[in-house]
Amino acid sequence: MSALFQFLLRQGDNTLVLGHRVSEWCGAAPALEEDIALANTALDLIGQTQMWLGYAAEIEEAGRTADDLAFLRDAYDFRNLLLLETPNRNFGHTLLRQFLFDAYQVPLLASLESSTDQRIADIATKAGKEAQYHLERSQDTVIALGDGTEQSHTIMQDALNRLWSYTGEMFESDIVDEAMTANGIAPDPTSLRDVWNTTVDAALKLADLKAPEDNFAHKGGKNGRRHTEHLSHMLSTMQVLQRSYPGASW
Amino acid sequence: MYAQMVKSEGSNEKHTEQDTAFQARIDAGEKIEPKEWMPEGYRRTLIRQIGQHAHSEVVGQLPEGNWITRAPTLERKANLLAKVQDEAGHGLYLYCAAETLGVSRDELYDMLHSGKMKYSSIFNYPTLTWADMGAVGWLVDGAAIMNQVPLQRTSYGPYARAMVRVCKEESFHQRQGFHIMMTMCNGTDDQLRMAQDALNRFWGPALMMFGPSDENSVHSAQNMAWKIKMNSNDELRQKFVDETVPQAEYLGLSVPDDTITWNEERGHYDFAEPDWNEFFEVLKGNGPCNTERLEARKNAWDEGAWVRDAMMAHAEKRAQRKKMAG
Repeated sequence: MSALFQFLLRQGDNTLVLGHRVSEWCGAAPALEEDIALANTALDLIGQTQMWLGYAAEIEEAGRTADDLAFLRDAYDFRNLLLLETPNRNFGHTLLRQFLFDAYQVPLLASLESSTDQRIADIATKAGKEAQYHLERSQDTVIALGDGTEQSHTIMQDALNRLWSYTGEMFESDIVDEAMTANGIAPDPTSLRDVWNTTVDAALKLADLKAPEDNFAHKGGKNGRRHTEHLSHMLSTMQVLQRSYPGASW
Repeated sequence: MYAQMVKSEGSNEKHTEQDTAFQARIDAGEKIEPKEWMPEGYRRTLIRQIGQHAHSEVVGQLPEGNWITRAPTLERKANLLAKVQDEAGHGLYLYCAAETLGVSRDELYDMLHSGKMKYSSIFNYPTLTWADMGAVGWLVDGAAIMNQVPLQRTSYGPYARAMVRVCKEESFHQRQGFHIMMTMCNGTDDQLRMAQDALNRFWGPALMMFGPSDENSVHSAQNMAWKIKMNSNDELRQKFVDETVPQAEYLGLSVPDDTITWNEERGHYDFAEPDWNEFFEVLKGNGPCNTERLEARKNAWDEGAWVRDAMMAHAEKRAQRKKMAG
């Protein structure tokens, strides 16, 4: 598996898995405006997945398509961050997960806009605008819910305690990242940490939320070594038609 | 048609000079705008109809949401997400149109949740296979368009304008649904079987969307005079059958009605009435999914209460802080 292919899978799997999770909210949001916003976010993420996995499939040169990559790989071949496969649990948890990711995705895409790989730069330019909008919304919502009522504050603090140990994986650098950095294709993930900290600290302060002191990080998603139990359940739903009717066109 | 059997509130009222002048405006094709005088019956009937329509858009997310997580390709998943997003958006315009008549969205929700207001009977049917996403787009959106296109000319300004936008998106949804059906019908034997099964299950309920014959209904006569209703139920149903039967033939599917024949003399297809007993049972709450659909909406509302409360509290705190600072 080439480093570039792996890098593209990581990007596409992140947006696919998060897009799927967000899409699970259909018709169940706390207000109609939120239904629209969640569907819109999921739609953006699935659109980005088409671009990332489409390019990944071309780079692989194995005759696979973006759909083959999305619907016919098993959990151990997925390369998404563990954070993104965690279940929705409640609206607060969903929006906090979104915020923690958006705060990382915005600087990542901004940096990818000047990638030496033109295709990646183009995808990042398009996705960057969407990510910026997602960040504004998730940040505002996290602040509002943290600041809102005693009940909402407790829910958000619980969500933060639960998700915090899944944030460190975003800034882990491995040989794939080293290869990308060496060729000027992508930034070193560790370099995104400061911007992320600044964004997250500022929002948590306004939301009156406290990040746990323990900075332990669960890992194993982006390198595929050990996903959570949640991923294969997600895939069993997502992939059911492609698996049940091999070779059919839809 | 997302509003069924809307009872007119006007039939029993005494007609005053003001009523006559109002009717003259409607007859002249003028639009009635929110702040202008209107008969109380006109206002109440519109609230009922627009509210029912809005609820249908919102509940209508559920049968399709049932397949978003199982959509078979990235493109289909994106299309379906865009479609339910449009539907939620239609709900929003319609609730806004209803608000101009003096009823809030929260009040309308309460009436939906307590069973005082209905949504279209069609959304009480389950979506069982991916072909149902095709059938819903093709038949359900197709039937809705039959009613909504003429409603672009309805007498109440905000409703008419909302319909213009809704119609554009609905016809796009219908084409998407038909495309799913076409792909399934040109696919494997299993897919063709799914497509036929979907048509078998949705044909009757789609015909019921127009409501029972209203040739002799006083409610319909009043609503038509007010241009809240533009065509009779039978007229629209016939139009739907005339357009849909050739499409089914093109797909290579059989409409589940042995009596369908082209009537040269009438210039229309003859067809069998759907099972109206089933329709009335569904309206009474005995459809296959009535309980689940209402429960899903109530749960969404109840479980979201803490979010809405927090948003309000945050907005108030912010305003307070601004005041203190300023």
